[in-house]
Amino acid sequence: MTATDALILEATGVTKNYGAVTALDNASLSVRPGEVHALMGANGAGKSTLVKILTGAIPPTKGRILIRGKPSQIHSPAEARRAGLVSVYQEPAIIPDLDIAANLRLTETPVDPFVSWVEELGVKDLDLHETARNVPLAILRVLDLARALAIEPDVLLLDEMTAALPANLAERVLDVVRRQSRAGRSVIFISHRLLEISALCDRATVLRDGRTVGVVDMAPGAEERIVELMLGAPVERSERVAAPPTAASSQAAESPPRLRARNLRVGGKLHDVSFDLHAGEVLGVVALEGQGQDELFAVLSGSIRPSGGSLEVDGQVTRFGHPADAIAVGVVYVPGDRVSALCMQRSVRENIALPFSARPRAWGPIPRRQENVRVDSAIARLRIDTRAQAEVHRLSGGNQQKVTIARWIAAGARAMLCFDPTRGIDVGTKREIYRLLRELAAQGTSVLLYTSELEEVQLACDRAVVIFGGRIVDTLPASEADEPALMRAAHGLPHAPPGRPASAAIPAGNPA
Amino acid sequence: MTRFISRNAWVIGLFVIFGLLLALTRVVQPDYGAAGIGSLVRAALPYAFAVAAQTVVVIAGGIDLSIASMMALTSVTAAVLMDGASGSFAILVVPLILLLGLAIGAVNGTLIVISRVPDIVVTLAMLFVWQGAALLVLEAPGGGAAEWLKSLLVGTVGIPGVPTAITEWIPKALIILVVGLAVVWVPLYRSRLGLSIYAIGSSNLAAFRSGVAVDRTRIVAYAIAGLFSAMGGLVLTMSTGIGAPIPGPYLLASVAAVVLGGVALTGGKGGIVGPIVAVFILRLVRSDLTFLAVDPNITTIIEGTIMVIVVMIGALFAMRRRAS
Amino acid sequence: MTATAQATAPISLGRRVRRFLADYPIVPLIVLFALLVVVLELLRPGIVNERWMANTVKFAIPLAILAGCQTMTMLTGGIDLSVSTAATMSAFIVATQSPIHGPAIATLIALVPGILIGFANGIGVGVFRVHPLIMTLGLGLIGIGALQVYQRTVIATGSEVPEVLAWLGTGLTWGVPNALLLFVPLAALILYTLRSTGFGRLLYAVGDNERATRISGVLYWQVILAVYVVSGLLAAIAGLLYVGLIKAPSLSLAEPLLLPSVAAAVIGGTSIFGGRGGYAGTMVGALILTVLTTLLTILQMPEGWRGVLFGLIVLVVTAIYTRITSEA
Repeated sequence: MTATDALILEATGVTKNYGAVTALDNASLSVRPGEVHALMGANGAGKSTLVKILTGAIPPTKGRILIRGKPSQIHSPAEARRAGLVSVYQEPAIIPDLDIAANLRLTETPVDPFVSWVEELGVKDLDLHETARNVPLAILRVLDLARALAIEPDVLLLDEMTAALPANLAERVLDVVRRQSRAGRSVIFISHRLLEISALCDRATVLRDGRTVGVVDMAPGAEERIVELMLGAPVERSERVAAPPTAASSQAAESPPRLRARNLRVGGKLHDVSFDLHAGEVLGVVALEGQGQDELFAVLSGSIRPSGGSLEVDGQVTRFGHPADAIAVGVVYVPGDRVSALCMQRSVRENIALPFSARPRAWGPIPRRQENVRVDSAIARLRIDTRAQAEVHRLSGGNQQKVTIARWIAAGARAMLCFDPTRGIDVGTKREIYRLLRELAAQGTSVLLYTSELEEVQLACDRAVVIFGGRIVDTLPASEADEPALMRAAHGLPHAPPGRPASAAIPAGNPA
Repeated sequence: MTRFISRNAWVIGLFVIFGLLLALTRVVQPDYGAAGIGSLVRAALPYAFAVAAQTVVVIAGGIDLSIASMMALTSVTAAVLMDGASGSFAILVVPLILLLGLAIGAVNGTLIVISRVPDIVVTLAMLFVWQGAALLVLEAPGGGAAEWLKSLLVGTVGIPGVPTAITEWIPKALIILVVGLAVVWVPLYRSRLGLSIYAIGSSNLAAFRSGVAVDRTRIVAYAIAGLFSAMGGLVLTMSTGIGAPIPGPYLLASVAAVVLGGVALTGGKGGIVGPIVAVFILRLVRSDLTFLAVDPNITTIIEGTIMVIVVMIGALFAMRRRAS
Repeated sequence: MTATAQATAPISLGRRVRRFLADYPIVPLIVLFALLVVVLELLRPGIVNERWMANTVKFAIPLAILAGCQTMTMLTGGIDLSVSTAATMSAFIVATQSPIHGPAIATLIALVPGILIGFANGIGVGVFRVHPLIMTLGLGLIGIGALQVYQRTVIATGSEVPEVLAWLGTGLTWGVPNALLLFVPLAALILYTLRSTGFGRLLYAVGDNERATRISGVLYWQVILAVYVVSGLLAAIAGLLYVGLIKAPSLSLAEPLLLPSVAAAVIGGTSIFGGRGGYAGTMVGALILTVLTTLLTILQMPEGWRGVLFGLIVLVVTAIYTRITSEA
């Protein structure tokens, strides 16, 4: 028996282009029967794209997929199911307006095995006639998994299955995965949680920038190797984007903070969040997916109303009913999702100038000369490549992101709320954006920066707050906000290493 | 039981409103009785089929602007085929017209799927096409209908053993409506295909990932809308005895009744009973206004206003749902 | 998704052509228009003369104004199906009021219902977020109902089309239709508004990406309310011109222009999804439809075929635009 015969699933040379963007570039993956195989990679490395291709949800641009050694063309999730490949996606594939029983009938899933799997997974008192919309997301994900297990797939793909699950359910899920493997069935496991991976998996395939950069046998010490592969070149930790601000922070102590949040609450997502954002400060926000950071930024930018708590801007209590209210006092929002921030069919210039025309008194003739001066200086400052002047959707991702920031450089802002502004853009542009944020801070602008890339916190921020389960669980000065410390806090772990002062004792601002 | 009530609260509420309106009608017009019900059902019949057609498409997450045109096309085709033909030939015409409806509906759906143009534009374009086709079949109102078909809508049925006091309240038209809808809807609702229609309306992505053949299901939904439209066209010909190539005022009425009937315009929710009851409510409001001697033109305004307000309230609910 | 930029990759010729067409949709439109005129001339040699051109322009103008309403509302992702009602109302009111109040005041009164309809549409679409198609269709129905009631009250006064409107609608000066006196400034204003004002910019932006305008501080309802009021007003003006052309006010006067107005905007390259298009294309679209109607009439094509062809043309053109813009 050759190695290839022994593989249940083999994908080689898989490439996926979205227009000018390459999500997967010659990626490969091979899975043995009865193996738990981890698929690892940083945000945007292409894991989800690969999973979607394997299960027929999207077609690859190029590539070959072998199932049990036979070339196979899978065009839809239904075909993948018939071939024995079932995926549990991050967003459950359950029809929200149908009840659970109807969802089972829709997918022709046998009910009895489903129910016994549900019990096995630790969900009690399931009502099959409940409408899926009324079932909590965590439970829906478990039901989605139970439905996948009920048809006994040869290969089960779990995309961030344990994220957003309470600990007891997550533990059950891991047990079930182990049992699958003992029964000779394979599981492809995608997770950000390294500890989980090393305890559970046999091998790991690591993706970076859409390429497969290594396959690691799990053994003691393999975690280090995986992290190295995920990050590529070792991070130059020493390089800080700009000198720590001194003037700004000392000044901060005297005047009221630019933005003061007290006991902000949003439904069950955000609880009693309080912090100060000073003039000239870059405050980092660190959190795992879905810990309430989305709601925090939505409240601060005026997109949603908080269910409790108060907000002050320059000492004035304010209530935002619409982003326009926030913009009126200089609080502006830069989303990480460029698709929601830009009018893709309009020009760079128009996108940058959009806030100028927002209010009805500016609906008249556009003062071209005046506007061009401001727009041009913002374009120059951000070094936006405007060769593709016609429409924003023809720009590269990094340039698009620059446009979302340039808009507020041109219009002026006192506090800039940046939500993961460097998601999925290249390292060079990332650096430029951080440098720019530091420059803005040096000129007195306040920046609140959520980033999903922990190593960036020390490069760009003065301080960082960590949110877990909707609460601020830690506040760290930049000097202490290294990846391990942030990682621990972001997972809700207590402060560990001795010798570090307790978080509460750290004064606001940078003591340096 | 409580779940049945809470799930169907909206529809039950509609029945209550309808009951109240009937009581009100009785107050306004003391001799309103079996005959009144009969004419109400006959007047509501084409609307009811138009609404049924719209309901299926809206549940599937789309909208069909060409329903009235499809009704006109099927109606004139039936009228032309039956003109001067024998009564027994009409037995052939009915299934033929239903097939025609199914086919033109399927054309709508296929064009939407293939062209990737939004439903609203495609069905707007097809509104012209089917209307034009109706004019080609018959240039001016005319044609005919078999006598036995015409008589199907008139009067009541006698059921052996049941006293006339009861059967006089069951007009034949109501039976036609219930049978026509049930024959299509009940098996569909219970099948996986029916589930798929709800699924693509509720969440296209989740449906695709659940293994639903999204495109095929969409075509089927439009085909069924075509089928119901053909039933509507047939009853038009049956009730007037002729075919008219100009589409009737069924578009806004069908959308309003769909919304009033508890079917979200965002798709995936609701059933067919609510919209049908809503049609009866809207028709009854109209006859009440007539009994109250309100100028029929003012009635049009009131009716339009009710529909717009209903749609506004529906939109408000949809907005709330998106926000939560 | 990673952003491994490949923007520098060579662009194929086909893609370049598509890009060009997506950027300048008016070029193929003018070619299509010219083709239709050539076909017409071939079928009926000598028909394309000065008088024919003046006639074509006269009939294209009311359609082009109504299509302007569609263009502006479609840019925001909407549509206005109440324009025919607004136009009919203004036409009918001006004809019935001018025997009483004289043409000047009658014209002012005639513009009011259009504005009111636009206002109600704007509230429904902008504040309540009703689907514009349904909202405007409903308001159109209510408007016609109101007009029928109104008709009763003025049945005794009779009607006359003010001479100035007849002069504007049908008159020629040195062979040039007088309607251009009204239309040229109006079209220039629309073009200028769309290209060079903050309001015009917002129409495109709101239709392109409402979320992006929201975080830029734009209040959606303000833009929508304004655009539907403008649309109602424009429709009313079109009605005045049209009654001057047709000279027989009726309760279904502008009804036959409704769907062609949508078609003209769609053919002219304005996307029904919003955010893409312009008025230049729409004007050519209105001309194309007018010539097409002449052509179909000359071919003695039955009305039915005209409907069928009309629908198919709208469908095919939209499908082509959808492909071009999704891939360019």
